[in-house]
Amino acid sequence: MSTLFEKIGGEGAVDAAVDIFYRKVLSDDSISHFFETTDMEAQHAKQKAFLTMAFGGPNDYTGTDMRTAHAPLVAKGLNESHFNAVAGHLQATLEELNVPADLIAEVMAIAGSTKDDVLGL
Amino acid sequence: MPNITYQGTAYSVEPNETVLGTLRRNGVLVPYSCGAGACHTCMLHCVEGELTARSQKDIKPALKSLNYFLACQCTPESDLEVALPDDEDVYVSARCVEKQQLSPTVWRFRFEAAVPIFYHAGQFVNLKNEAGWLRSYSLASLPAEDEHLEIHVRRMPEGQMSHWLVDDFDVGMHIELEGPNGHCIYTDGEPEKPILMVGTGTGLAPLIGVSRDALHQGHSGPIHLYHGVRTQDELYLHDTLNELAQKYSNVHYHACISGDNVGEMKAGRASDVAMSDYPDLKGWRLFLCGAPEMVRAMRKNAFLAGASMPDISADAFTTPEHKTD
Repeated sequence: MSTLFEKIGGEGAVDAAVDIFYRKVLSDDSISHFFETTDMEAQHAKQKAFLTMAFGGPNDYTGTDMRTAHAPLVAKGLNESHFNAVAGHLQATLEELNVPADLIAEVMAIAGSTKDDVLGL
Repeated sequence: MPNITYQGTAYSVEPNETVLGTLRRNGVLVPYSCGAGACHTCMLHCVEGELTARSQKDIKPALKSLNYFLACQCTPESDLEVALPDDEDVYVSARCVEKQQLSPTVWRFRFEAAVPIFYHAGQFVNLKNEAGWLRSYSLASLPAEDEHLEIHVRRMPEGQMSHWLVDDFDVGMHIELEGPNGHCIYTDGEPEKPILMVGTGTGLAPLIGVSRDALHQGHSGPIHLYHGVRTQDELYLHDTLNELAQKYSNVHYHACISGDNVGEMKAGRASDVAMSDYPDLKGWRLFLCGAPEMVRAMRKNAFLAGASMPDISADAFTTPEHKTD
């Protein structure tokens, strides 16, 4: 019985997805300001860590980490509409990569489970 | 909260504060520049205490084992006693063997280091004079072909070090050198990959080094080098680059003038001209050097235009020497 991370293609899938996903996020004027930074490489690495987690892969995230990391963004007005926009880009990325629908559903469920921590609810 | 002890005084570290932040908040003068772990000018010696892994991530193994670390990257978890680097650990004496004016504002310096420096074209060194002024300069030389280290210095109105180098530093004199540092280098294995280089001002220095390195290693794909300046007389390697482009059919030199009186050059900022010439950068390798604002904007635009993040190399500095405007 292989895990979601294995079924989806492991680290190779993360590498394939991260550029597409981050490009979509940066091109979306409604959310790009949350991702604008002087250190794009570090931001890129964060997106990679996020995708690894959403793909069910090995990660060191805890709910508290997610909460603390996003608190400054919540203070700048991060809300549910932004969260949903990012989730939409994640889904579109997976569809672009022809990931089967049942696996996409599993990824979206993991991503959705972070919502309360990300938004500090 | 942990304490930082420096020259006999203990300073309390605030939450999420770096060693550099604590020292600066208390008015302690230590060298620093980029604040992002790139330039290494804030390197300190940890005399006592536990360093974080992050603060030593990019330190050379020999200096790591001597407990050197980057003050701007160190958020201490316990008490530290720190000191300025011991010169004999970190610095190598370098003698100036050539000084040549290349344009109204740019000078070329060549150095001979007291011991061999093993570097890649495109890396940079930190130079320190007797007054303790410390600045980063990219290397324009290629270790396989050049006997000496070469840097390009642009005289900046508010660049203390650039004035000193141009006015008071001469052939035969010595300066302290630390390095090499930086990751803006050519890596082989993909000889056919197209390369796009954009440099403003003396950001050209590492790019000419990297171009020559790529050619030396047999790069066969196109190399497009965009040099951006405001006026024609700032194209300080115009003839050299035209010769390089004539000698190698895959090298293309694009001189870009952002001011008026463009002549036969391309009009506009180098990054804009490059993006308009090559709007689709999927599969390209990029090198960006020079003004921080240009590097930041171009990195994002190149990524959005399809370039993969690991394929974009950039060393943006924030010292006055590296600002173009």
